[in-house]
Amino acid sequence: MTGNTETQAYPARATDGRNTFRTGPDERGHFGIFGGRYVAETLMPLILEVEQAYAEARQDPAFAAEFEYYLRHYVGRPSPLYLAERLTRRLGGARIYFKRDELNHTGAHKINNTLGQVLLARRMGKSRIIAETGAGQHGVATATVCALFGLPCEVFMGAQDIERQSPNVFRMKLLGATVRPVEAGSGTLKDAMNAALRDWVGNVEDTFYLIGTVAGPHPYPAMVRDFQTVIGREVRAQLHEAEGRLPDTLVACIGGGSNAIGLFHPFLDDPAVRMIGVEAAGRGLDTGEHCASLSAGEPGVLHGNRTYLLQDAEGQIENGHSIAAGLDYPGVGPEHAWLKDSGRVTYASVTDQEALAAFKLCARTEGILPALEPAHALAHVARIAPELPPDHLLVMNLCGRGDKDVFTVAAALGEDV
Amino acid sequence: MTGNGRLARRFRRLSAEGRAGLVTFVTAGDPNPDISREMVCQLPTAGADIIELGMPFSDPMADGPAIQQASLRALRAGQTMARTFAQVAALRTIDTETPVVLMGYFNPIYRYGVDRFAADAATAGVDGLIVVDLPPEEHDELRLPATAAGLDLVALVAPTTDDARLPRVVGPASGFVYYVSIAGITGTASAAAADIAPAVTRIRRTTGLPIAVGFGIRTPEQTAAVAAVADAAVVGSAIVDRIAESLGPDGTPVADPVASVGEFVAALAAGARSAQRRTASGAGAE
Repeated sequence: MTGNTETQAYPARATDGRNTFRTGPDERGHFGIFGGRYVAETLMPLILEVEQAYAEARQDPAFAAEFEYYLRHYVGRPSPLYLAERLTRRLGGARIYFKRDELNHTGAHKINNTLGQVLLARRMGKSRIIAETGAGQHGVATATVCALFGLPCEVFMGAQDIERQSPNVFRMKLLGATVRPVEAGSGTLKDAMNAALRDWVGNVEDTFYLIGTVAGPHPYPAMVRDFQTVIGREVRAQLHEAEGRLPDTLVACIGGGSNAIGLFHPFLDDPAVRMIGVEAAGRGLDTGEHCASLSAGEPGVLHGNRTYLLQDAEGQIENGHSIAAGLDYPGVGPEHAWLKDSGRVTYASVTDQEALAAFKLCARTEGILPALEPAHALAHVARIAPELPPDHLLVMNLCGRGDKDVFTVAAALGEDV
Repeated sequence: MTGNGRLARRFRRLSAEGRAGLVTFVTAGDPNPDISREMVCQLPTAGADIIELGMPFSDPMADGPAIQQASLRALRAGQTMARTFAQVAALRTIDTETPVVLMGYFNPIYRYGVDRFAADAATAGVDGLIVVDLPPEEHDELRLPATAAGLDLVALVAPTTDDARLPRVVGPASGFVYYVSIAGITGTASAAAADIAPAVTRIRRTTGLPIAVGFGIRTPEQTAAVAAVADAAVVGSAIVDRIAESLGPDGTPVADPVASVGEFVAALAAGARSAQRRTASGAGAE
């Protein structure tokens, strides 16, 4: 899907008659046909235990208070909602706000979720945390919160990702985590997730698996979403204070989709709010070298849930490509799959080159180095903003900072650092 | 146990012979479709009582390195679902009695289409299915077409499956119950023999189906120990290791994987047959 059709679709879709888009998943963890609990029997009792523990924690004001305390005093929330005035003038259309989640401790939105899950793991009496990571942002956020609470932490990371994200590997080690290289398969995020699941199957008693995005078996997609909706709830309040009304358009990048669902979910039942998720088109959707599971994938079952996947005709999972390691995953959260099919959220895609151009635009215009992941969202903003009127309020989630990407960007621009 | 399919007949015969069966696992198409076809066709004469055939998948989450590598070898050699069915059909031209159970993950089945999959599997001569990532909470989607096509859907029970959950897991099952004897992935740790017997007894209280035990069974001695307490012993990674050992660094055979697997399966079968049954078999027992 291109930016052009997005613009024509405006004004926002009316509600299709449903009462709400916000009550999912159902009690079996399904969002329509998506989601679910497709795991080995060995893990099923653990998944049910996590579900039970989370359901109890969710009802407990003390859990919410603890979460909010650390979000405020440790993560540094609320993150600012910032009017990007120079960018707004430069693009000459919609009034553009950045949700500055890159200013969180550890430099991305990931810590909202790792904090929530570590608090849950402590409540469950688990003594060891495992996680998967692609770019290393989730690994760093997990290692950080584990250090804060003195929990041993092992992070599974594809061998290929370890090579291309070495600064984050070292950060995790400094934080006391053990980084476990995964050579199996293609040595990227999906293989790291396989390895973490295999570890969990073998260490069922003491271990909590801290999944980094809104994927995996139920209850993870719903739980991770709940921890990330702090983003959208803050935007709602902050924009109300700044402009006295709801936003017109929300834009966020989508790998697994946790920052996007965190921004979108609190607005799903406001029919006038249009939402656009931006996937990684890599070298182009027609090249096969991309990570746009929603735009170019097919429904399938992987890592515990049914969702859109990059796969061949035989149902074998294909490796994606994106310049943004955090978007380099062949699946996407099942709630996004459902929101796509229901038409409530639209999904666009942006190539590596477009994301790089947006990276440079943001640096020069606003003095912010964005991570390459939200640079995808920004590239789509740059496409649609000029066509929108000046009173159109557009909020983009700047979900991570770009320090981690300077070497990747330098290589892509052909410069020596 | 009821039913007149090959699985039911085979377990009745094993019961009549007063012994436990040997279930052998290899991945279809490993190391390539031709060798794999020949290897599977010889399994009954080598001593396999039931053939478990893996449907290769790019992301086998419950499998250890040996079976992961087997999947990748098969996929690289061009294995497809259609070829897996053709391999079963080839076996059926020379053997009409040895049950074949396909083992794998749901996505390739889902992509193939559950109705077409069940129909084509039955036509090829498949008897049962083990789908690792399809717990009872999700399995109706496949169970209904599988049952309609006459295929058994084997239930997996794990050490983590507690008594409260057990009826839900084995209740809808048919064919047999597969007890995963360790909390872990295939081909890694082995359960202590002393832990297996009480687990089998626990499952027998809930189901009359035969019980096969797998994961971590690597030698004829371990096979014999399991055969003494269960209705069948499943050996997978240790067989797959024989295939891997017969391949050179570039993946082409440097030894004869068919002969190597055949000899090993014969030794495992001898182990299974040597066992003194300590408990009655599931067939009509207790």
